[in-house]
Amino acid sequence: MRIEDIMRKKVITVSPSTSIGEALLLLRTNRIRHLPVLEEERLVGLVSDRDLRDALPSHLLTHEDDDMILQKHVSDIMSKQVITAHPLDFIEDAAAQVYEHKIGSLPIVENERLVGMITESDLFSSLIELFGVNRPSSHIEVQVDDRVGALAEVSQVFRDAHVNICSVLVYPAQNPPQKNLVFRAQTIDPRPLIQQLTDKGFTVVWPKEGGSLL
Amino acid sequence: MSRNSRLIYSPDYTNYYFHDEHPFNQRRLLLTHDLMSMYGLLDESDIVPPRFATDEELELGHDSRYIQFVRDQGHSDTELPLAASYGLGTEDVPCFANMHESASLIAGGTLNAVDLVMNGQAEHAFNPAGGLHHAFRGRASGFCIYNDCSVAIAYIRKTWNARVLYIDTDAHHGDGVQWAFYDDPNVLTVSMHETGKYLFPGTGNLTERGDGSGYGYSVNVPLDAFTEDDSYLAIYQELVTKLAHGFKPDVILTQNGCDAHAFDPLTHLSCSMKIYQAIPRLAHQLAHELCGGKWIAVGGGGYDIWRVVPRAWTLLWSEMTDQPLSDGPLPAAWAERWQPHSELVLPKRLFDEPFPAIPRRAEITQKNLVTLERAMMYAPISSES
Repeated sequence: MRIEDIMRKKVITVSPSTSIGEALLLLRTNRIRHLPVLEEERLVGLVSDRDLRDALPSHLLTHEDDDMILQKHVSDIMSKQVITAHPLDFIEDAAAQVYEHKIGSLPIVENERLVGMITESDLFSSLIELFGVNRPSSHIEVQVDDRVGALAEVSQVFRDAHVNICSVLVYPAQNPPQKNLVFRAQTIDPRPLIQQLTDKGFTVVWPKEGGSLL
Repeated sequence: MSRNSRLIYSPDYTNYYFHDEHPFNQRRLLLTHDLMSMYGLLDESDIVPPRFATDEELELGHDSRYIQFVRDQGHSDTELPLAASYGLGTEDVPCFANMHESASLIAGGTLNAVDLVMNGQAEHAFNPAGGLHHAFRGRASGFCIYNDCSVAIAYIRKTWNARVLYIDTDAHHGDGVQWAFYDDPNVLTVSMHETGKYLFPGTGNLTERGDGSGYGYSVNVPLDAFTEDDSYLAIYQELVTKLAHGFKPDVILTQNGCDAHAFDPLTHLSCSMKIYQAIPRLAHQLAHELCGGKWIAVGGGGYDIWRVVPRAWTLLWSEMTDQPLSDGPLPAAWAERWQPHSELVLPKRLFDEPFPAIPRRAEITQKNLVTLERAMMYAPISSES
């Protein structure tokens, strides 16, 4: 999945001379936390809600110069070294960047032009989609040796049982070098499938005893 | 004893038949009807045969193209090319002859129940063949072709403009009904089920609360696997009482799938027959308290057709008709008639001997309580009793 598939293309931006007060208002009314700063379509900086908050005086104390601060330009407080990504990057690259630099968003830049924006929560929502349930289905987990063809052999059993697979995840088991394969399978009754998997010698982690304990 | 209840029943219900190996088997209704009779709970005048739902009625809950396809498929000797795209011809919902007719008889049975109750000819009615809550507008799913619950609720909304409380205690999430009324604040759908982390259909998360003006009017309580009677009933009683008082429905529709029983082969809850007396009892009380008695019950899941379904739905009917049953041996003639057909040993008594306790009981009970609190967070609840 590429960033261009999930990025927000309508981005709210400001210019270096936008006032801090105006920028604050934009964040609040749009319920966002980051504003890219553009100069003739070129990305020159980024202001976050934290930059803005740091610039404001405490609301517990009032000073005569409070209004003056709101009149200042965002260029006085923006970060100028902005970490960006390209629309053709994979979302896992974007997630790694966000995680590594502990940042909340990534402006997406192509040929020095800002073309989109991606935030932590956009990345989260794609993950939820990947892990989640998009069709009525059951969870089936199989433990296999970490070797060529293991996934193919297991999925052959699904094919033989005429059960459609909605999604697959592969992750290291607690006892390496084993791996766990997690399937969402489009059936309400996984019993025949589990039986065939067991007959073929695969270790089914869940469902365990076909349900009934008694 | 009141004769204000009707059982919508016909042996023709068994025509909804996939094949011999299939877990959904309406033969369970024959066993149930027989057990009710042998307990002396049935009078000839209690029974109303189901009618067929018309296409117009089915279209309240389904796309007309889907209905036409189901009809065509049921009249065809071969599987039609588009079957898979309608969720048909799968392992879960195989095609069979006259599938439209047998599925629309089930939906019609639930509409019969609605008519009797809403027109005041009966206070309560039970269609044990209904409860096919997984079917979607244009797609069969999870053994269900036509969603009699969705059709019935839409029919109640359209004909009487009544507010409907839908309570689904099947072990699987009532997804089809939830999505059909997801943005409707006049239909409160409540589903208590085994968590979808593992079990079909995977939905029914706490966070599915409805949409737009219907936000808060879908309530889901995903229970931990291996939940037992006491935890189940504590959650059910608090949840349903508060929601019913907060929502103040005009009519209650309950989906009474009985696959939360420990014997059920498809699920992992660990309840006993005890809950199948308590569940309808509360619905019955609330219907009298809030809806002038208007209560429609339908069946649902239940895949131990020998040991669970007949007893569970007999208990429902006994509650509905104020003919309470207490524990004791089942009528001997019933076992004599059916034991030869069953590979499993039929139960001897109405209620179960206590099952061995689940080791993680305290943890599961605690987890379920947290789930309940979160489930009710945005729902229309009232603590008045």
